[in-house]
Amino acid sequence: MSKFEFPTSIISRPVYGTLEPRDGSAHLMIADATGAQAILDVATPDMMAKAHIIYIPKGAEFGDRLRALNPAQYYEGPSYAAAEQRIAKAFGDAKMGLQVYLSGSEGVMGQAQHAAMQAGVPHTAIQTEHRGSTARRMQCVHCKGITEDVATDPFQCSHCGLHLFVRDHYSRRLAAYQGVNIDAEDPGNVPEAKGIYE
Amino acid sequence: MSGAQKIAVTVTAVVPLNDLVTRFEFRRTDGGLLPTFSGGAHTVVEMRDGDTPRMNPYSLMSDPMDQTSYAISVRRDDVGRGGSLFMHNNVAVGDEMVISNPVNLFSLDLRAKKQLFIAGGIGITPFLAQIKQMERLGGRWELHYTCRCEALGSYVDELTTQHPNEANVYYDDQDQRIDLKALLDGQPIGTHIYVCGPKGMIDWVRNTAAAEGWPREGIHYEEFLAPQSGKPFEVKLAISNKVIQVGEQESLLEAIERSGVDAPYLCRGGACGQCETRVIDYTGNFIHRDHWLDDAEHASGEKIMPCVSRFEGKTLVLDR
Repeated sequence: MSKFEFPTSIISRPVYGTLEPRDGSAHLMIADATGAQAILDVATPDMMAKAHIIYIPKGAEFGDRLRALNPAQYYEGPSYAAAEQRIAKAFGDAKMGLQVYLSGSEGVMGQAQHAAMQAGVPHTAIQTEHRGSTARRMQCVHCKGITEDVATDPFQCSHCGLHLFVRDHYSRRLAAYQGVNIDAEDPGNVPEAKGIYE
Repeated sequence: MSGAQKIAVTVTAVVPLNDLVTRFEFRRTDGGLLPTFSGGAHTVVEMRDGDTPRMNPYSLMSDPMDQTSYAISVRRDDVGRGGSLFMHNNVAVGDEMVISNPVNLFSLDLRAKKQLFIAGGIGITPFLAQIKQMERLGGRWELHYTCRCEALGSYVDELTTQHPNEANVYYDDQDQRIDLKALLDGQPIGTHIYVCGPKGMIDWVRNTAAAEGWPREGIHYEEFLAPQSGKPFEVKLAISNKVIQVGEQESLLEAIERSGVDAPYLCRGGACGQCETRVIDYTGNFIHRDHWLDDAEHASGEKIMPCVSRFEGKTLVLDR
């Protein structure tokens, strides 16, 4: 499957790579939807013997293939929110030597990266690989409400209703891009929404 | 004037600890307060050794929040260029000296969940300040400290009395060794390593941790290099339009300063990168000794760190 090439942008915008196997005492892999393919690509039997896979299918059908990798621990759940307790526990119990692999949508990778950072993993030591949806997790800078899976620019804040310009300005602390009111100076003058990368 | 801001101080105590190490304490000569610092910081001590100016970096080991005095511990190096010998033989209580504001190239990463300190010999000094900082912050830490023998175990008594559960001491002459693999195994996620000691120890810790899957961002080390003597050589300083001679016993940086040219510096030990200088032309070989430039930069012949590196050959022209 070809991967989406994000256009070059400001330094704040996350850049994703390709997962590579690394030596470690344990491997924690968190993926959603077609992010499963990146795990299938990187997995080796040695790695799987010490691996914990946390998978959020979102309708994709990779669960059986991931299970067939025979990881030491496997969890599948309907949403990041549903998996959050398990992810917190996995990081809470983790020891140094743990390798972290994230793949799939920006929203899930960003939230998992945040959980890893909270546990004390340097963000630069976390491997990421983007697959599938290019929709974003956005924070409205005005009301602070977060909207998942934003695919258009501008978009209307699902909390306060303001029309927001989708910026590439990203916050690792919030695991969200920043959305700024687009018609603050000329209320009602809102450009027609189009796909973020159109 | 280059370097960190200077402070005029008076020596208030000279305390020999053992055969090799002596502690020096300073207060501001004008009676004012010294800046606070962060654990791991060093100060550059200026010495007037006859006609030879000497500037050596020493880790501050006193409480970083104590603004009344600073303390350093100096290990005597009988075969070095003489800075530590000068401190041991010529500096007495009441002497006025000049030191620099603290500069920290070895600071704690306070995002860490636990700090794991590994010291060899005189490498204990930055940790003495960092331990005081961690005690104040209430953070988790653990020290593993190797000494040649009990008689040379600087600050061992203080450490093991005040921190019996955190301080672990190993004596080489009793064949006690850090079991590093076992020590690293099972450390909680978010642990950072700090190592200060001989180069061999730093390499051993960095390589072992990397092999165990520790991220390089969590492995901090400090090794000050002392400039080494070498064959005299000639250098042309292009901007200043001067040709200078670097003597056998002085560093290139010291020779530049002696000629009256103000050159940037901070650590004078090959670590901070401040004195990086562009090479305009050369015929000969560089003797690179810093750990600031990477291998490709060393091979390029385009840059030199004059605080610790030298040159052998016919021509060297610097952009200074």
